[in-house]
Amino acid sequence: MIKLVGVEKTLGGQPVLQGIDLSIPVGKLTTIIGGSGSGKSVLLKHMIGLMQPDRGEVWVGDVEISRLSGTRLNDVRKQFAMLFQGAALFDSLSVFENVAFPLREKLRMKGPDVARRVEEKLEEVGLAGMGHKFPAELSGGMRKRAGLARALVMEPGIILFDEPTTGLDPLMAKSIHDLIVTMQRRFGFTAVMVSHEIPEVFGISDWVAMLRKGKIALMATAAEFQRTTDPEIREFISVGGTVMLPNSLAE
Amino acid sequence: MTNVLGQLGAWTVHRVREMGRMWLFMLSSFAWLARPPFRFHQTMKQLHFVGYKSTFVVVLTAAFTGMVLALQGYYTLRKFGSEGLLGSAVALSMIRELGPVLAALMVTARAGSAMTAEIGIMRITEQIDALDTMAINPLQYLIAPKLVAGLIGVPLLVAIFDVVGIYGGSLVGVDLLGVSEGAYWNSIQSAVEWKDVYGGILKSISFGLIISWVCCYKGFYTRQSAEGLGRATTEAVVLSSVLILVSDYFLTSVLL
Repeated sequence: MIKLVGVEKTLGGQPVLQGIDLSIPVGKLTTIIGGSGSGKSVLLKHMIGLMQPDRGEVWVGDVEISRLSGTRLNDVRKQFAMLFQGAALFDSLSVFENVAFPLREKLRMKGPDVARRVEEKLEEVGLAGMGHKFPAELSGGMRKRAGLARALVMEPGIILFDEPTTGLDPLMAKSIHDLIVTMQRRFGFTAVMVSHEIPEVFGISDWVAMLRKGKIALMATAAEFQRTTDPEIREFISVGGTVMLPNSLAE
Repeated sequence: MTNVLGQLGAWTVHRVREMGRMWLFMLSSFAWLARPPFRFHQTMKQLHFVGYKSTFVVVLTAAFTGMVLALQGYYTLRKFGSEGLLGSAVALSMIRELGPVLAALMVTARAGSAMTAEIGIMRITEQIDALDTMAINPLQYLIAPKLVAGLIGVPLLVAIFDVVGIYGGSLVGVDLLGVSEGAYWNSIQSAVEWKDVYGGILKSISFGLIISWVCCYKGFYTRQSAEGLGRATTEAVVLSSVLILVSDYFLTSVLL
């Protein structure tokens, strides 16, 4: 389980996280929502040690990772995979090589075993026969699918999704959401997703957490979340995020 | 007055912190180099990029440097009736100074700027973060092979630069201006000593390290924008070039 205790982070003089207490349930899909610039991606990066908190603790299982570095942090990261906003595929490698990359680099796998697992994952995400293409030749949706295949190929216990549908049209966004849910149900990994897609996230998530003013304003099951009586949260989920803009942006 | 002192203090602290971060960056990269898995394939790929792909521009620069050196040297030496020493003048200038410095500046412009841009784009598009999330250390996978490529590639390019430059000098001095071929090559043989060659090698190794170190560092810490990437590339080329020239002076003063 991932657990954050009193996590605080200031970036460029601006407090972004101001005491986050959050537990991510194992084997479930948890979505973090919140206004633009509210620190959702920053929060996600703390979970995998890409950012370190100024104060507070980040627990992955029974390991506190906020002060870890080097080999010890890498040992913890072996449980993780992450799908970035822009998919973060390696430009110089083909789709096949991108998906094969963690197998070759981490498991030192070679030859037909790599090909079999890569083809299997590409087929699962709907990219069968596309392995020879390079990232620059793919559409936004295909890049996300390739990124998801790369995340799935190591069969991790935890996958983090940083706004996986940003920049996609509604149909493509729905297909990516469906794919994430299907994979999560099939493989049972713990999924944490940052998303702006309201109300779609309520249909696909087991749990929803809302980030407001640097704190978790509410965490509940998707059904309970929609029944909240908090007026600000109700307004946010009904109009899609406008009330959560920081003052500087709202002005 | 207090304000000025405060700003000066802040600037100094910032610079010292930046220098410390640069040193840690290099030392960590070398430390990761010593740990398995060893990135032989990546290192060869970088050596091909830094070394082999810079050969043409280095040969071209070397040939014309040697030729113009012979042209200038010939008319200066002729005033003293010492045209026979043209070979030694060209060879010593090439081996001691122009070879290491000019080859390093050409590699900075061609390969160093590309290194910064490549790593910077990887930073902006979160490819470096992706390596981290896969538990692959970016210093080991990306940076260490580039440092090794600079350390090996630049001395080899400097050797090529020296040879081509000396032959360029021969082309102008011997074939065009009529200096005796025997005098040209004999003066090289008698004037060039092992310590000149050794000094050139030492300089080229130092410059190779400076190029890959500075250019990788600037790319690795690029700010998250296209403007930031442009600035990082410019800073990498300027800082590398300045450090090459400054360290050249100090290395020369130690070696002489």
